[in-house]
Amino acid sequence: MTATDIRPIAPTPQPGRALIEVHNLVKHFGPVIALAGVSLTLHAGEVHCLLGDNGAGKSTLIKTLSGVFRPTNGDFMVEGEQVSFGSPRDALDRGIATVYQDLAMIPLLSITRNFFLGREPVKWRVGPFSFIDMEHADQIAREEMRQIGINVRDPQQHVGTLSGGERQCVAIARAVHFGAKVLILDEPTSALGVAQTSMVLKYVRQLRQKGLGIIFITHNVRHAYAVGDRFTILNRGKTLGTFKKSEITLDRLQIMMAGDKELQQLDEELGGTV
Amino acid sequence: MAEQSTATPDRKPAATIGDERLAHQSPIQRLMARPALGAFAGVVLVFAFFGATAGNTGMFAADGMMSWATVSAQLMIVAIGAALLMIGGEFDLSVGSMIGFAGMMMALPTVYFGWPVELSVLFAFAGALGIGFLNGLITVRTGLPSFIVTLASLYILRGLTIALSVLFSNRTIVSGVKEAAGDSFVTWLFAGTVGNSFFVWLAGNNLIDRLPNGEPIVNGIPMVIVWALALAIAAHIILTKTRVGNWIFGAGGDANAARNVGVPVNRVKISLFMFTAFCATVYAACQVFEFGSAASDRGLLKEFEAIIAAVIGGCLLTGGYGSIIGAMFGALIFGVVQQGILYTGVPNDWFRVFLGTMLLVAVLFNNMIRRRVTAER
Repeated sequence: MTATDIRPIAPTPQPGRALIEVHNLVKHFGPVIALAGVSLTLHAGEVHCLLGDNGAGKSTLIKTLSGVFRPTNGDFMVEGEQVSFGSPRDALDRGIATVYQDLAMIPLLSITRNFFLGREPVKWRVGPFSFIDMEHADQIAREEMRQIGINVRDPQQHVGTLSGGERQCVAIARAVHFGAKVLILDEPTSALGVAQTSMVLKYVRQLRQKGLGIIFITHNVRHAYAVGDRFTILNRGKTLGTFKKSEITLDRLQIMMAGDKELQQLDEELGGTV
Repeated sequence: MAEQSTATPDRKPAATIGDERLAHQSPIQRLMARPALGAFAGVVLVFAFFGATAGNTGMFAADGMMSWATVSAQLMIVAIGAALLMIGGEFDLSVGSMIGFAGMMMALPTVYFGWPVELSVLFAFAGALGIGFLNGLITVRTGLPSFIVTLASLYILRGLTIALSVLFSNRTIVSGVKEAAGDSFVTWLFAGTVGNSFFVWLAGNNLIDRLPNGEPIVNGIPMVIVWALALAIAAHIILTKTRVGNWIFGAGGDANAARNVGVPVNRVKISLFMFTAFCATVYAACQVFEFGSAASDRGLLKEFEAIIAAVIGGCLLTGGYGSIIGAMFGALIFGVVQQGILYTGVPNDWFRVFLGTMLLVAVLFNNMIRRRVTAER
């Protein structure tokens, strides 16, 4: 993807450099311990899959990383610098963008308006009102779509007319366009069909090649294994460990994620179909 | 879409090509996607109907036109506020009560405290904006439906209007504003007319009727129409051309998604509540200075009329979609029917029957349009 002309895209990080490091991250909500000491390192140019069943603490972790929650305790470093985010805006400013599963796009708004929502290019201002440079915005939106491989008839068409996979891709493209170095993708494929999923996974792989760090949250181990370089498994607010792809098999991942025994048992009962 | 390759080497630079696939969408389809379409069809229908049934009754003479234009403009003023707020995802049911209350905030200080009328008007605007702010703040802070929050304001404000009016003046109508205002520019600003010489010229050339004393039958365009058009133009431009407009659509379309990309949703919503209060106060001022009095029942049911106009104009009740032009058409339909019925001789009672039907048809139509636009399945 070539850099577009208006916005200086954040300098591409060198591959292999640590973008995010968290050590012993703890988050309490009153008496509830949502995270009980999570550690994780995300390098540039890797897809780091975060796996875990419901209630494992995935959402709390990503919301902490994306600035929605403040951690109760623990170290949180971005590119080697200690940070403390007060809002998602702070995280965005440090190049950490989160694409949520269902909250990514507004169906009734046009593609262009969605793409630039919150960061509209300004043509001129009158008092408190900044006028949007709509022509320019349309042009960029169309070009970005084309680069992902989505043919839009008209960037003014409503996002509701796009498929689920296309919407995810547009949301991701938006984050990248606005200079994200770290992408946190929250279950980007969970609501998608096979063709749509492969479209998203292909795009994720393409972005990894560009040197972005991607945290990919899912509970579909297959999707994770298809694109992941490393896998961190969360269980009951703790990390069960981080594994390179070469160190672990798909089956083993599946079992660890489900908290071992029970699923293993069930798997045997069902003849290996889970 | 997955089979499409992501890079085509022979791609031309984006700037030089219009998309060839654009042609596939006909102008009619593009038009169908406009929120105001239904309302426009309604306007055509209503004019055709009254043109046929009341064409020679004076409804379309200068004074007749001015009467329905004025009624439409009054509603337009509040409908513009309601439409913007509805697009932003909220309702304000306190608009009608705000009209009454704002009128009292102008009349009481002027007549009973001896304040200069300009100061009273400023006071009323400041007070109304403050109440709008509170409505908005409570709504966004508590997360309660604005329907309920402003229903409370509807009662509180109407009650206050009556109670304060009785407390200070011992009656529910406060008159004497005209005398107190004298020839203040405020009177002209809200109840004057513009373009007088144009109408004199029209009458001089026998293009419009004259009164027995030789003056034109219409001596200018009432300021209420000027206010309606000015507010409409400003609101339309803000909504469609500015960042704030995009934020309004975003806040109404999906507040969480908008927040996630950094839109100050709460600030947008609170400002919209303040804007509806502002519109209600403009309406109130036009009435106070036209009649020279404030009455505690002013603006009764206007909240619903404003919402109806916005909905007929294509605003979705769920937010995120709609237009100011549509709301203007909605208000125009309203005014034309309300006044037109007087000309046709149909009993006035049928007005509400018509209105209810119109609302139902509009909502059904909007629903259809939304499905088409978003390709909801």
